[in-house]
Amino acid sequence: MMKRLAYSVADGAVVAKRNVIKIKRVPDVLVWVLMSPIMFVLLFAYVFGGAIDPGGGINYREFLIAGIFTQTVVFGATFTGAGMAEDMQKGIIDRFRSLPMSRSAVLVGRTVSDVIYNVLSVAIMALTGLIIGWAIRGTFVDAVTAFALLLLFSYAFSWVMAYVGLLVPSPDVINNASFMVIMPLTFVSNAFVPIDTFPGPLQRFAEWNPVSAVTQASRQLFGNLPDLTGVDAAVLQAQGVRIPTPSDAWSMQHPVAYSLIWVVIILAVFVPLSVRQYKRTARR
Amino acid sequence: MNDEVIRARGLVKHYGSIRALDGLDLAVPRGTVLALLGPNGAGKTTAVRILTTLLEADAGSAAVAGIDIRTNPKRVRERIGLSGQYAAVDEYLTGYENLDMIGRLYRLGRQRSRSRARELLERFGLREAGDRPVRTYSGGMRRRLDLAGALVAQPDVLFLDEPTTGLDPRGRTDMWDVIRELIRGGTTLLLTTQYMEEADRLADNIVVIDCGRAIAEGTADALKTQVGGERIDVTVETMADLPRADAILAELAAGEVLVNEHARSLTAPVSGGAITLIRALRRLDAAEVRVLDVGLRRPTLDDVFLALTGHFAEPAADETGGDRLQ
Ligand SMILES: Nc1ncnc2c1ncn2[C@@H]1O[C@H](COP(=O)(O)OP(=O)(O)O)[C@@H](O)[C@H]1O
Ligand SMILES: [Mg+2]
Repeated sequence: MMKRLAYSVADGAVVAKRNVIKIKRVPDVLVWVLMSPIMFVLLFAYVFGGAIDPGGGINYREFLIAGIFTQTVVFGATFTGAGMAEDMQKGIIDRFRSLPMSRSAVLVGRTVSDVIYNVLSVAIMALTGLIIGWAIRGTFVDAVTAFALLLLFSYAFSWVMAYVGLLVPSPDVINNASFMVIMPLTFVSNAFVPIDTFPGPLQRFAEWNPVSAVTQASRQLFGNLPDLTGVDAAVLQAQGVRIPTPSDAWSMQHPVAYSLIWVVIILAVFVPLSVRQYKRTARR
Repeated sequence: MNDEVIRARGLVKHYGSIRALDGLDLAVPRGTVLALLGPNGAGKTTAVRILTTLLEADAGSAAVAGIDIRTNPKRVRERIGLSGQYAAVDEYLTGYENLDMIGRLYRLGRQRSRSRARELLERFGLREAGDRPVRTYSGGMRRRLDLAGALVAQPDVLFLDEPTTGLDPRGRTDMWDVIRELIRGGTTLLLTTQYMEEADRLADNIVVIDCGRAIAEGTADALKTQVGGERIDVTVETMADLPRADAILAELAAGEVLVNEHARSLTAPVSGGAITLIRALRRLDAAEVRVLDVGLRRPTLDDVFLALTGHFAEPAADETGGDRLQ
């Protein structure tokens, strides 16, 4: 068992190294990975920003950044799916499958090397955010925890897309497939608009949506939530400040724990599922 | 242990309602080359994929290097090398990086992997190109690199699925040379091909496969004999020459003479080889038949296929990617 794990890690490292070489040789993907979050930050901050009031006297841009973080790392999983699908299509998977290597190594290597994309895009977004008025108001440890949680969630989610990548007939399909999953997940969440502005049923969905939990956890850890303790809401309201109704869902009360539960569930389901699919997959 | 390095019994594989393999038996003795010869869609790739553990058969059993493929696929993978129908190389890596990666995944260790990669590049004429991304390689170079990948761990058994399909004539003869050298080294080889000539040149034994089933088996010579012996082909200059030539050949032929008026050619099955040919020429000359072309011909494997299946072996319409979409 330990030996198998060691082989999986060693082989996974070889595959990851190969993927990293590819990232360096095909920088177009990297440009896209770095540009799209900037685009999103600017679009939401300046185009929709004026129309959305997060409430509690919080600046929308400050509210927005954690949402963009989550959206981007979830979206980043698409690259993992596309990478798997491309390897399938180009037949390199056949080579791997004919070798006496660990059966999980290709997936491990792929998901691990794609963390690079997410680290880079989070870094770029953080910089962009700081420039346009985002701030980290919590402690250093909290901020690091927030980044770690974002990356952990994106890692788990990349296994979902890796699985999808093994199923679809070509890499082109991945973008559409991920769009259909990721758009509802990110838009019916608290990533871009405050959760109390959704109508009833959508609000329930948004509250229990893992994307909301990760966003909520990040906001909490970065100190980007309105702090209404010791403030007279009525006074604020009289000043024209919208007072958000805090959600009493357990998921929103304990967003870090709830996010971690999702990470565990996703990995527990999609790691074995993907490895099984890899074993019996055929080149298309 | 018996000396059959590859042994398959009654392999069956369905894809939905398609029966890709329909009870295929194979036996390849140590150090020999078996060609699996058949047209596109005959089931060659399916057979190779099953024997190399990429695919599970619905029924039947097989052992490679004495190891059961179903119960011990991983040990089988340790012993085999595979070069599939389409080169399974990474375009973004260099040739060297591809081979080094494969070596690492065979767990050869860092030093061994590196030196083996350089050694193979040299051997396959890729030394110069070794540090360029594979994206810049020609089809022939990719095939050679893919074959080199199959040899990284010096396997006892090698599977080559249509190693020359899609190559230009030059690339094909280059590949034949490479394969012949491997054979000389004593590798047991199972090779698939759509080309009769290729099987004839490279293989000790040929299994002709059609619709997932072996329809004939034997050495190239045995197969040719099975279809009939030699024949004399004569082409004459004018239509007027045809009847006289026909009469002369009929006297010497071992069977019916076929006349193609359109091509002004005749084909006569004969026995006695060159002696009969000389005799025929003398008589044709004496009768003042103007002969344009004449030859003694042994049947090609195309003839074998036609005789066995009643249809020609249709080559893939698009040889470089004919069944890529399947
Ligand atoms: N993945 C697949 N799905 C469905 N049918 C397939 C698949 N692979 C092969 N086939 C079918 O199985 C038959 C044998 O195919 P294959 O083994 O690729 O033949 P060959 O390699 O001799 O050209 C063909 O009819 C082909 O269409
Ligand atoms: Mg084939």
